[in-house]
Amino acid sequence: MSEKVYTIIPAPRRETIRSMIKRGERVDGRGPDQYRELKVDTGIAGNADGSAKVSLGHTKVVAGVKVSLGQPYPDAPAAGVLIVHAELIPLASPIFEPGPPDENDVELARVIDRGLRSASAIKLEDMSVIPGKQVWRVFVDIYPIDHDGNFIDASGLAAMAALLNTRVPKLSVTPDGTVTRAEEKVPLPINDIPVFVTFAKIGDVLVVDPCYEEELVMDARVTFAITKSGNVCAIQKGGRGSFTPEEILKALDTAQRLAPELCAQLEAAAHRV
Amino acid sequence: MEKANVKLLTEDGRRIDGRGLNELRKFRVEAGVLKNADGSAYIELGRNKIMVAVYGPKEVHPRHEALPDRMLLRCRYSMLPFSVADERKSPSPTRREVEISKVIREALEPAIFLEEYPRTSTDVFIEVIEADGSTRVASITAAAVALADAGIPMKDLVVGVSIGKIEGRLAIDLSGIEDQRGEGDMPIALMPRLNEITLLQADGSFSRDEIAQALQMVREAAIKLYEEQRRALKDRYSKLPVEVEIT
Repeated sequence: MSEKVYTIIPAPRRETIRSMIKRGERVDGRGPDQYRELKVDTGIAGNADGSAKVSLGHTKVVAGVKVSLGQPYPDAPAAGVLIVHAELIPLASPIFEPGPPDENDVELARVIDRGLRSASAIKLEDMSVIPGKQVWRVFVDIYPIDHDGNFIDASGLAAMAALLNTRVPKLSVTPDGTVTRAEEKVPLPINDIPVFVTFAKIGDVLVVDPCYEEELVMDARVTFAITKSGNVCAIQKGGRGSFTPEEILKALDTAQRLAPELCAQLEAAAHRV
Repeated sequence: MEKANVKLLTEDGRRIDGRGLNELRKFRVEAGVLKNADGSAYIELGRNKIMVAVYGPKEVHPRHEALPDRMLLRCRYSMLPFSVADERKSPSPTRREVEISKVIREALEPAIFLEEYPRTSTDVFIEVIEADGSTRVASITAAAVALADAGIPMKDLVVGVSIGKIEGRLAIDLSGIEDQRGEGDMPIALMPRLNEITLLQADGSFSRDEIAQALQMVREAAIKLYEEQRRALKDRYSKLPVEVEIT
């Protein structure tokens, strides 16, 4: 499917989309609270320790996990290390340029990182090998490959799916501190499965899981990361507009209603392997 | 550092620095504190000391970044290498600073009549001189005053306030130690007169009710900072300029 990708949306198209939204209609026929179809494939990159590809409508994101033994952070000597990196590559859309990470790449990676970390998605304290010396370092790399909006949710889902898919070698440590890797591989100590739910505010309407055209005409967006227990573990507002407190709470209610299904799909994908 | 031994909240609901849960630290805002900038402001919030300069509206450099339909707002939030409690911070921008610069810009943009100044740019430079938690929200409070001081038309001022969770309770305006050791942090910025939220971030763990309560608590605290912002702007234009003392 190749349509002309606008980088600036023509005014008539903008007005059409905005007036449709006002009437409760969306460009792709969804209702305001309707999430696009989510597809999760895991184990898509054989050399990674865990990987996943997530499709959200036409939006596609791949994420891979590599683990290695290394030094802990000095302020957490007995915990594993989690590093999240994301890059909006030109392959995914003509609006992305090659070059060093800009604020959008950094924001995306940091929002996903906060969601995973605040939810303790991985029990990092169980990933220490020799406290203070050697711990597992978990690198999550997120690469959107086709852009039809809502990279935050798709990236969060891809990252979590890749973590659920990750297997690390079982280790044994002798008293003198020699580490040996067994052939046997074990899953990461997963503690929670946070999912991200993003809303676009267009006029005074909130729509969940915005597509690219909706993102072009939106005033602002807000993302909630929701844990399995329904708590909020991260929030991020973006865009040039603002929200009333009532809008925030209304979006949150919808996010909490949608989250369990997304989480269930991640779990189902993890069990399919 | 003995982490677990520090109690962030005493039995009678007092915080490490003696504050109550909905109490802001001592604060002060001054407007028009720099000679060269078109607008400037200085804020102290507890031990935080932050200087903001606004240059603009002016021509856009580089030219191709100019927007045909509105002003280009650019923000740079930066911490001086000696502003932090830990080891010296590298002077080059960290990923944290890159993200904060973006969210601060997006917290200020809703308040500005950007479309009144197409093909121009305004730069907001924020330098943290001393940091003790909640610097991004304090930066927003000062930046809004600096923008107003520059004479840029605005719908409202923007006030930033952080709220977080310590020992399971919501607490306004987290200090550095409370941010580090608490169970969650939620920086919020809003336009008090319009009651519109322009910045909302969070990490930690919050229930729906806690978020609803947090929004209410933040609004009450923001009104106090709003009054100080307006006092600073009024003083700036009713008195002779004074040299700001960084004490």
